[in-house]
Amino acid sequence: MSIETDATNNAGPQTLTMGKGMKRKEDPRFLTGNGNYVDDMRLPGMLYMAIVHSPYPHANIKSIDKEAALAVPGVKAVITGEDLVAASLAWLPTFHGFDKQMVLAVGKVLFQHQEVAAVFAETREAARDAAELVDVDYEPLDPVISPFDSMKDEVILRDDREDRTNHIYHWDSGDRDGTQAALDDSEVVVTERIYAPRCHPAPLEPCGCVAQFDAMGRLHFWVTSQAPHVYRTAISLVTGIPEDKIRVISPDIGGGFGNKVPVYPGYVCAIVGALILKTPVKWIETRTENLTTTGFARDYHMDVTIGAKKDGTVTALKVKTVADHGAFDAAADPSKYPAGMFGVVTGSYQFPVAFAELDAYFTNKAPGGVAYRCSFRVTEASYAIERGMDILAQKLTMDPAELRRKNFVRKDQFPYDSALGFTYDSGDYEGTMDKALNQIGYAELRREQAEKRARGEYMGIGISTFTEVVGAGPSKHFDILGIKMFDSAEIRIHPTGTGIIRTGTKSQGQGHETTWAQIVAEELGLDPQNLLVEEGDTDTAPYGLGTYASRSTPVAGAALALAARRVREKARKVAAHLLEAAPEDIEWVEHRFQVMGVPSRSVTMKEVAFAAYTNPGEGNEPGLEASLYYDPPNMTFPHGAYIAVVDVDAETGEVKVRRFLAIDDCGTVINPMIVEGQVHGGLTEGFAIAFMQEIPYDEQGNNMAPNFMEYLIPTSVEAPVWETGSTVTPSPHHPIGAKGVGESPNVGSPAAFVNAVMDALAPLGVTHIDMPLTREKVWRAIRNAEAAAASD
Amino acid sequence: MTATETTDTTLRTVTLNVNGQTIRQEVESRTLLAYALRDAGLKGTHVGCDTSSCGCCVVLLDGDTPAKSCTMFAVQAEGHQITTVEGLGSPGDLHPLQQAFWDQHGLQCGYCTPGMLMTAKAMLEHNPDPTDQEVREFLSGNLCRCTGYNNIVKAVQQAARVMRDEAQAQALAGMVPSTAEGGAQ
Repeated sequence: MSIETDATNNAGPQTLTMGKGMKRKEDPRFLTGNGNYVDDMRLPGMLYMAIVHSPYPHANIKSIDKEAALAVPGVKAVITGEDLVAASLAWLPTFHGFDKQMVLAVGKVLFQHQEVAAVFAETREAARDAAELVDVDYEPLDPVISPFDSMKDEVILRDDREDRTNHIYHWDSGDRDGTQAALDDSEVVVTERIYAPRCHPAPLEPCGCVAQFDAMGRLHFWVTSQAPHVYRTAISLVTGIPEDKIRVISPDIGGGFGNKVPVYPGYVCAIVGALILKTPVKWIETRTENLTTTGFARDYHMDVTIGAKKDGTVTALKVKTVADHGAFDAAADPSKYPAGMFGVVTGSYQFPVAFAELDAYFTNKAPGGVAYRCSFRVTEASYAIERGMDILAQKLTMDPAELRRKNFVRKDQFPYDSALGFTYDSGDYEGTMDKALNQIGYAELRREQAEKRARGEYMGIGISTFTEVVGAGPSKHFDILGIKMFDSAEIRIHPTGTGIIRTGTKSQGQGHETTWAQIVAEELGLDPQNLLVEEGDTDTAPYGLGTYASRSTPVAGAALALAARRVREKARKVAAHLLEAAPEDIEWVEHRFQVMGVPSRSVTMKEVAFAAYTNPGEGNEPGLEASLYYDPPNMTFPHGAYIAVVDVDAETGEVKVRRFLAIDDCGTVINPMIVEGQVHGGLTEGFAIAFMQEIPYDEQGNNMAPNFMEYLIPTSVEAPVWETGSTVTPSPHHPIGAKGVGESPNVGSPAAFVNAVMDALAPLGVTHIDMPLTREKVWRAIRNAEAAAASD
Repeated sequence: MTATETTDTTLRTVTLNVNGQTIRQEVESRTLLAYALRDAGLKGTHVGCDTSSCGCCVVLLDGDTPAKSCTMFAVQAEGHQITTVEGLGSPGDLHPLQQAFWDQHGLQCGYCTPGMLMTAKAMLEHNPDPTDQEVREFLSGNLCRCTGYNNIVKAVQQAARVMRDEAQAQALAGMVPSTAEGGAQ
């Protein structure tokens, strides 16, 4: 396979597995229909749950009549918010920590499709039939749909909160006065309102769960969760069930992308149903429930202002954001970082001074604000700065690549302290951009563009040289519900040299079963095929914060490498016994233990493993295992240089992506095949966000994209052909130098697409169009620009 | 009018021929084929969207017709030969398409994969030597959120090559007496 020879890695020539495109161990299961997803669970006596949703975005609930629903054959129970109040289960904490969320609406609904009642029945169909018959009498109220209306506080949406305001929080970072002074002194200032539209991760497997209480009263909860341990803690906090009486199991998960991080009301209802009906309950949401009630993403209105000298040297950055969090502040962000890692908005550039501030508001829209394939608002931040730099380049009539080159953090400046407080670990921004420019033939493309422009054709080249921040996170800064964001690893090597690996993370398609085995195999000199990886069962896996925000490799990957080294240290003593030498005279050479300087006297880990159980040696502890919790010293900062080439049809507004090149630097590459796959997937989602995907609401608060006929996801026909490449700048603080990659392509690519379209339309004087760049929007922008030119 | 008044919930027995096996099942008239298959323990057929948009539920009817089993009632499938992903190959005996998806990293979370494989199988029955664009167009009713499709297209092309080679080998084998099969090795 060509990819193996393309692999760049810093692990040296002696690697067993690191840097190799090993085929995924999990695949035969998925390829033959043997995956185990939550909906595959079937338990004796299992009931099905369906949820009743509000048709109104804002309304008082005058009454709820369950009678007709209860009369449907097979229906066992209907619960409402009032029932949950009686059981003290009406509210659940949000992971954000600033708010709580209604499980089922009590008294009032706050967004269209809000959960109002739950129905339990013997069949899926009976539950849905009965849900239609729950008679809810609503008194509609005026909805508040725009956060700019919400901030006027004319209608207070949340009467359960003591503070009589729709304002949730203010967050800021950086030097407000210094930034303003620098902007006032700048020779050039550009400013633009840039909207990152509300969209939805929409994994193909919807969210769902099965709840079962066993005869001993212990809750077994199968759920589509990216963070099963945190779920167990959250369920314990909400229900009062002792945590040891709860087992959460995340089986195979059909994609998450952030959508499967929060705890949703349906989960609480299913647990309540299983408790009161004393039989298992399954709830699998419909696609409409997924798109209308579970974690959406983005919805950031960002006023971006950049100051610069005439030569293009940037002098200051100011970003003021209004965030629409919907009806409850269920945004998935660490509680000490209410705007997540938005502070990376200075991007790859040396801003001497910067200031970012954000105000979040409630509206009558679905709650959430998950990190959709990004680490806590980095996509919004990256989009803002990469768009902003192009707007500045356009204003200065400077080549956007040269503007970037002039302002990059230089590779000899790392570790680099950004103006907004992050310490970037490592990088080579200029080197990566140069590789991209050369690989795509940038100079030639610019020549072609000039020729086309002369003929009145609209060709655009868009660059995005982004910096990501992943690996949440260091316990001094990051927590979810107060729980520090460490992760964990446990390794057991069996007597015959095979083993089992467990972590607190949970793959949703990222290939952990393969990657984790590769890391441990490399550290221990064992065969990755014989290292079983198991995640997602809180009874067996060590506590960890889960898989989102590209944190698995930076955090759990580090835990695995360090746990493996602990195993190796223990094994060294057994090896010393076998080789009749002192432990300090044993060295680890070419994946074997060897008496220092005597290659003929060596033993393999497999031999040591057997001895660890049969002949460990006097004073040595038998067995060969280790567990470890890892608190990262810092985040990791992958970066990349992406270039999009588009043609815009000025007559129709159609954008054709002709080429797209992504050069990624995610530090040490463990499995280049998996990295490339992640990049392809992330780029396709970035393409979707740039051109198709949006959850719009009309003025009445109706969700206008409640299914896949309206929420447009790229098919194989729309998805571009991707060109990829890499540079490698290892993270200095990660045990194997890895940084994480799953989200980089989604973070970096939207700006490249939009920059390309704006570059194409630059001759018309078009500066910015908000995503998604639908044909109609582009067409209107062209017509408006032509009309403006004609009236001049 | 209420849902119970309009819905016939009477159970009836449906006889399905799935992967060469006969399955008899009690279903309502409205029971969708996807759920009937899953209730019969064939969990490889997935439901992702409820609107026939995603293709996670694609099965084959009569060998070469892809059908979204969430758009079809179980009772409509009577009299047809149904093939699900379980009928394609097993972990130790993968179909060339399954092998190719594995080789080319044509899957990540695996949720869309069964439907993707069945649609690809149908396409190769009709067009054994497709262009990349033909592959993309034929698969456009199957959504994938993880892979970005590039590797899926590569996988289908690899499978197409392998299957063409196999077909050719079979055709050549047919030209010589069957007794030569073992001895020729």
